[in-house]
Amino acid sequence: MSLHAMAPHGHDEHAMYVPVFTGARRAELDELLTRYPTKMAALLPALWMLQEDRGWVSPEGMAEVAHALDLTPAYVKGVVTFYTMYHQHPVGRHFVQVCTTTPCNVCGAEDVVNAFLRETKCGELGVTSPDGRFTVIEVECLGACGFSTPVMVNDAMIECVSVDTVRDLLAGLD
Amino acid sequence: MGYPHPSHPRETPVLSKYFGDAEARTLAGWQARGGYETLRQALATDPVEVQNVVKDSGLRGRGGAGFPTGVKWSFMKPDGKTHYLCINADESEPGTFKDRELMRWTPHQLVEGTAIAAHAIYAETAYIYIRGEYTEPIARMREAVREAYAAGILGANAMGSGKRVDVHVHKGAGAYICGEETALMNSLEGRRGNPRIKPPFPAVAGLFAKPTTINNVETVCAATHVLRNGAEWYKSLSSLANPKSTGTKLFSVCGNVARPGNYEVGMGFSMREFLWDLCGGPPAGRTFKAIIPGGSSVPILTPEECEGAVMDYEGIQAAGSLLGSGGVICFDDSQDMVRQIARLARFYAHESCAQCTQCREGTAWTTKILERIRDGQGTMKDLDTLLEIADNMTGKTICVLSDSCATPVVSGLKKFRHEFEAKIPKNRSSVMIPAFSPAAA
Repeated sequence: MSLHAMAPHGHDEHAMYVPVFTGARRAELDELLTRYPTKMAALLPALWMLQEDRGWVSPEGMAEVAHALDLTPAYVKGVVTFYTMYHQHPVGRHFVQVCTTTPCNVCGAEDVVNAFLRETKCGELGVTSPDGRFTVIEVECLGACGFSTPVMVNDAMIECVSVDTVRDLLAGLD
Repeated sequence: MGYPHPSHPRETPVLSKYFGDAEARTLAGWQARGGYETLRQALATDPVEVQNVVKDSGLRGRGGAGFPTGVKWSFMKPDGKTHYLCINADESEPGTFKDRELMRWTPHQLVEGTAIAAHAIYAETAYIYIRGEYTEPIARMREAVREAYAAGILGANAMGSGKRVDVHVHKGAGAYICGEETALMNSLEGRRGNPRIKPPFPAVAGLFAKPTTINNVETVCAATHVLRNGAEWYKSLSSLANPKSTGTKLFSVCGNVARPGNYEVGMGFSMREFLWDLCGGPPAGRTFKAIIPGGSSVPILTPEECEGAVMDYEGIQAAGSLLGSGGVICFDDSQDMVRQIARLARFYAHESCAQCTQCREGTAWTTKILERIRDGQGTMKDLDTLLEIADNMTGKTICVLSDSCATPVVSGLKKFRHEFEAKIPKNRSSVMIPAFSPAAA
């Protein structure tokens, strides 16, 4: 599997790192810094900006964020690894998170996960499909328990997904 | 209202009145429904007076702990220091999804409540910390805050009062523990979300080491209605039989139930009527086997225990559980309780921040043992071991995540022990781990 197949956001480890915080993005970060009394408090938002632009949080990206906020790369990595939503490696173009915590589990969420693994050809949790389109993971409680089974595809939360609707849902994605 | 279902006549929709009404989402729509008039009045009122009205109303924190809101606010004194308000919108307790709907449908209700609470605690800056997975609520809140700034409701001269009120939306990044107030503050400061040892309490040294108040979304939304209509009105919404639990409460209902959704009822509502009438009871052809009434961290109840219970802080406690966050999880008779309790334990093992040994090790071992029982590999001794571990996990850590993992295990073993025993092979007395032999190693 080539790196490009795994990394639809175009990560090439041999390419020069292009900084995120220039131009409009730098201005956005500067505005953000006015909201907090410390630079460190902008860490989570800055990491979000990095991930929005690059699809994941690379070591080079962490170093850039560290530099921008007067932190060390090691400190930034320590924070990144605490939170589940920062991707520490490239993921498929469509990152699918299926809630399987108890309230959804009793409504059949495990069958929904299996349907996603089958239909996307990912086969295994956390593995990107051969065409680079999908990565499927189980996620702990998405906070939409009354709309079982909720599924997040990148930033979109889709409610009431069942085994029967998985195929149609995937058909609507590029 | 029972969103996504139509409001039930026995509901008391105050906070949820505009769920499903897209117009209420906009500033114009919110103002047309009387929005921000209460904030205008509050800003012209002395903070102590605001605190006193909320104290009189009996409003208690809706995030789970149930601490009296007005009393919490009164810990904040006009001491000349910078104060902060944090709104806890990290709603991550399995079974709970009320704040999500409050923010999705009535974002201005939260902006208004936040601004009022900030004024009441002498704070100029408030942060609304929303869990990262809540992409739609985050977008709605950001838009509402933008509109409020543009209209001069927020900012250096909020509503022309001469007072500064800044409100910022802060997006989390996936960590259940950040719903714990001190972990939330660490996360907001750009740190790992590890809970802090108390004392110092947030009112003394909280966010950025400054006096801080942390309130749940539903709490500050309710406070607005208290100020608008008065403490006596708020008290009259509940059953009046119990003066300690007043007003209305949003209950999120999920799992094996005919009509899942959010229901708002007066405190003291009959749980029997709630489950079987408002929520439609179990799915067709099924019966309830178990109910967790206040989010996954509280003791499991049997349907019999629920029948006579009243839904308020004291009522649910009397029935043997806790009101918690108001997330009602229903299990029907087709569910395997061992499997589901094991799944709950796995949740806590995944979410442990790992700084306390009892929690880091306890949640992992509890999960391991429960999953081995689930898979028919357990022993009778495992049941004792589970209780022993649970004891070591209760009341011995910095925060209560550890206790929260132990609670469903202990109550599950007490009430559904036969299901655990049925999975244990009769002749199995110990786990088959080969004896350690230095020669072999």
